[in-house]
Amino acid sequence: MSASITLPEHPAATRIAGLGHFRPERVVTNDELAKTIDTNDEWIRTRVGIAERHFAAESDTVASMGAAAGRLAIADAGLTSADIDLVIVATCTLPTPIPHAATKVASLLDIQAPGAFDINAACAGFCYGLSTASALIRAGEARNVLLVGSEKLTDWIDPADRANAIIFADGAAAVVVTGAETAEIGPVAWGCAIDHTETIYIKDRESFIYQEGQTVFRWATSAIAPVAIEAARRAGVELSDIDVFASHQANLRIVESIAKKLIAAGASPDITIAKDIVTTGNTSSASIPIALDRMRQAGEVRSGDLVLAVGFGAGLTFGSQVFRCP
Amino acid sequence: MSNEDILAGLGEIVEEVAGVPAADVTADKSFTDDLDIDSLSMVEIAVQAEDKFGVKIPDDELANLKTVQDAVSYIERNKA
Repeated sequence: MSASITLPEHPAATRIAGLGHFRPERVVTNDELAKTIDTNDEWIRTRVGIAERHFAAESDTVASMGAAAGRLAIADAGLTSADIDLVIVATCTLPTPIPHAATKVASLLDIQAPGAFDINAACAGFCYGLSTASALIRAGEARNVLLVGSEKLTDWIDPADRANAIIFADGAAAVVVTGAETAEIGPVAWGCAIDHTETIYIKDRESFIYQEGQTVFRWATSAIAPVAIEAARRAGVELSDIDVFASHQANLRIVESIAKKLIAAGASPDITIAKDIVTTGNTSSASIPIALDRMRQAGEVRSGDLVLAVGFGAGLTFGSQVFRCP
Repeated sequence: MSNEDILAGLGEIVEEVAGVPAADVTADKSFTDDLDIDSLSMVEIAVQAEDKFGVKIPDDELANLKTVQDAVSYIERNKA
């Protein structure tokens, strides 16, 4: 009875050390969709702000796209597969519940026997995963976490559904989270709207994604800005300190509405706003890191920039935090 | 708050959300046909009107607000 349990050494804080993304090769324009659905380019651009998106090939899977993004993130961090001791995949679009994607990502990247699990917080998955990864490192349970957001939404979309087929797309992105002396990842502000659990759903295994668009739009344009503001408050930074607003790319009008509220609350009118949905579509848990990596590649975002990220979606679930761009 | 005040307040909201000059937001105008406001913008207008006037405008009620006068009357009847 005298033995005491020892807890591991752990770093005081965490940072994102590397970032990478994968968009499938096939680009699908609005005009292409309009050949089979009753829609048109102007309507799609006005309603959701999308010009084109990427659809996965038959051979692209949640795991294969996630691994492609993960490989780039690990290299960007200056690490190798041998350094990764935990793989987390945020996804809500696996074709079957088991096996989960994280072990397959680890296998594809030859990461030897890491901890490996998936999380499903729908379109908030990246922010939930970042909080989980950061907390586990600060507890000493992991050293270098590969966090992947990967979605093959086209597996769960009715191609004839003019409301959803124009919005959702496929893709993946990944970050490597590691220990740090000073905090570069802030605390999460998260939660869910328990009176809206049945507004975005897949009814059964024969069904596709359905959403009550107007209800979700109203919720996103009114409830999400306060969550992002709370994340900045918890991180102890002023909204005016934020360089980049990286919202989940749900709908350009939602992104712009939230950004407008943040600016009204004190964010700089010159804040860089992620609008990657225009050429990537809505890729759920992958959308925030895809947007960030593409903005970094384009020179719109620089390493060290302070990013305010907010994810929100089915559940309805939301999560937000401040972090520095790697 | 008079109907004129509600109309003026609504005009400010419509201008901010949809970029339609507040002066064009007159009682007889149809949101869709005259002011070219789509259903998503109507949701944003409703959310802001709820804050400004202390009313609840659920989606099923919103669908009935075809003209600016419909909205003014609804807010007048339901405001706190």
